[in-house]
Amino acid sequence: MIIQTENPSIEAHNLTVIYHRKPVLWNIDFTLPKGQIIGIMGPNGAGKSSLIKAILGLVPVNSGYAKIFGKSFDEVRQKVSYIPQRQTVDWDFPATVQDVVLMGRYQQRGLFGKITQEDKVLAASALEKVNLGGFVNRQISQLSGGQQQRVFIARALAQQAELYLLDEPFVGVDAATEQAIIALLQQMKSEGKTIVVVHHDLHTAKEYFDWLVLLNASLIASGPTSEVFTEELLKSTYSGKLTVLSQVGDQLRERNFPVREA
Amino acid sequence: MSINDFWIILTASLVALCCAIPGCFLVLRRMAMFGDAISHAVLPGLVVAYLISGSRASSVLLLGAAITGLLVTFIIEFIQKKMRVQNDAAIGITYTFLFAVGVILISLFAGQTDLDQECVLYGEIAFVPFDTITLDSGLLLGPRQVWIAGGMLLILLVILRIGYRGLYLTTFDAGYASTLGVSVMLWHYVLMGMVSLATVVSFESVGAIMVIAFLVGPAATAALFAKRLPWMIAIAASIGVLSSIFGYFLAVVLNASVSGSIAVMIGVIFALALLLKRFFPS
Repeated sequence: MIIQTENPSIEAHNLTVIYHRKPVLWNIDFTLPKGQIIGIMGPNGAGKSSLIKAILGLVPVNSGYAKIFGKSFDEVRQKVSYIPQRQTVDWDFPATVQDVVLMGRYQQRGLFGKITQEDKVLAASALEKVNLGGFVNRQISQLSGGQQQRVFIARALAQQAELYLLDEPFVGVDAATEQAIIALLQQMKSEGKTIVVVHHDLHTAKEYFDWLVLLNASLIASGPTSEVFTEELLKSTYSGKLTVLSQVGDQLRERNFPVREA
Repeated sequence: MSINDFWIILTASLVALCCAIPGCFLVLRRMAMFGDAISHAVLPGLVVAYLISGSRASSVLLLGAAITGLLVTFIIEFIQKKMRVQNDAAIGITYTFLFAVGVILISLFAGQTDLDQECVLYGEIAFVPFDTITLDSGLLLGPRQVWIAGGMLLILLVILRIGYRGLYLTTFDAGYASTLGVSVMLWHYVLMGMVSLATVVSFESVGAIMVIAFLVGPAATAALFAKRLPWMIAIAASIGVLSSIFGYFLAVVLNASVSGSIAVMIGVIFALALLLKRFFPS
């Protein structure tokens, strides 16, 4: 089930990505709405992260294309902020929390322009929003996993973008941080921002997302969560993964979805 | 201490400073082996530079030789990405090949340059004070190596000043940098260019084998303690200078190779730093 939307934030057309002759994304074609929290879900190796990376031009696309706000990513870079997986960087890097968050200002200032007091104020207020107000001068190697994730989000906030793409923000993060991040995303949504989250925990999907994209190399479904989060679609997304399937069963039962009509 | 001792220590210190700057980025990028590769691969470029200029390599030719360093970076990238050879194998085969070409060039043209294989491997820092620059007016300007290394340090400091943010961002988070529209590849080559410049200038004084100690040792030690990148570079620079001073006196006492003693000193300081970190973690 693929539901299209008018005036999309992100659209992909026949997007195909192949690594070493193995298709990672196959003929993805969708349109995503603006001003919603959108979850991208699927089993391990389904190409969830690759989808975001392909949209942002971080991996070569073999065919098809993606557009953001109707334009190529190059033209709307200023409106887009990417929050990579926390584990992709070295947190022992000699930098303070402020150093990292200020990177969010590099786009506006350029690599050679001066970082001003205004930038530092913006960085500080971004840190306030993720509840890390007192951490400005903390060395990043002293942060917990949840704090690292929040620093990454603060860096993205400092960019003052319209569209935010988060790659697995809840992996290795404590429950309190997860709740805080979700609350923050809700608030950003209420300010009209569009948020795309790569996520793998089925238990929370229904609660977190307005719109769901189900992926398993090819696109299984894209649409409002209420219409897409069904046993049938989840089964075809997670086909063959028994543990996940039973999880899906539990999940549906827990939420009073009739697994089988009596 | 004679003036000659001073010139040798100054040369070693300048070389250590030149190496500390790109060395910090190499260590943070976990690309120390690239430093080794480049320091060996610039040899054919250097030999050609010496052959063209007769006996003395001019600074312009040294810059030319540094291009060989970029060339090896390019070849490694090509073999790795296009031929899908694993990274360490690509590095291993490329730099040994270029180094060997350099060694053959030296044997072929041995009479025409004042490079020999001994010098290539171990450097001849002890001879630095005897190769001086004298102006036509008769004014003695001091050793040629001091001027070359000093000039190169200046160039590297300028590149660091201008390119700091680009190097910093692409080293910490390349994927994010790329979404900001920053070319990760460009800054990779800028860094490799800096490594090439540092190794070319180090070559004559410390040789191909010891350069890697200068590049990686002080930076790796500094990484244990530094809280921010500017501090890391400053600490690495200080360790480089200290190693040069202590290493020189070690060489005098033992009557041993100067560059070897300095490299030993760099290793000793690293080991001490590890112990310090182990027993006093804060």
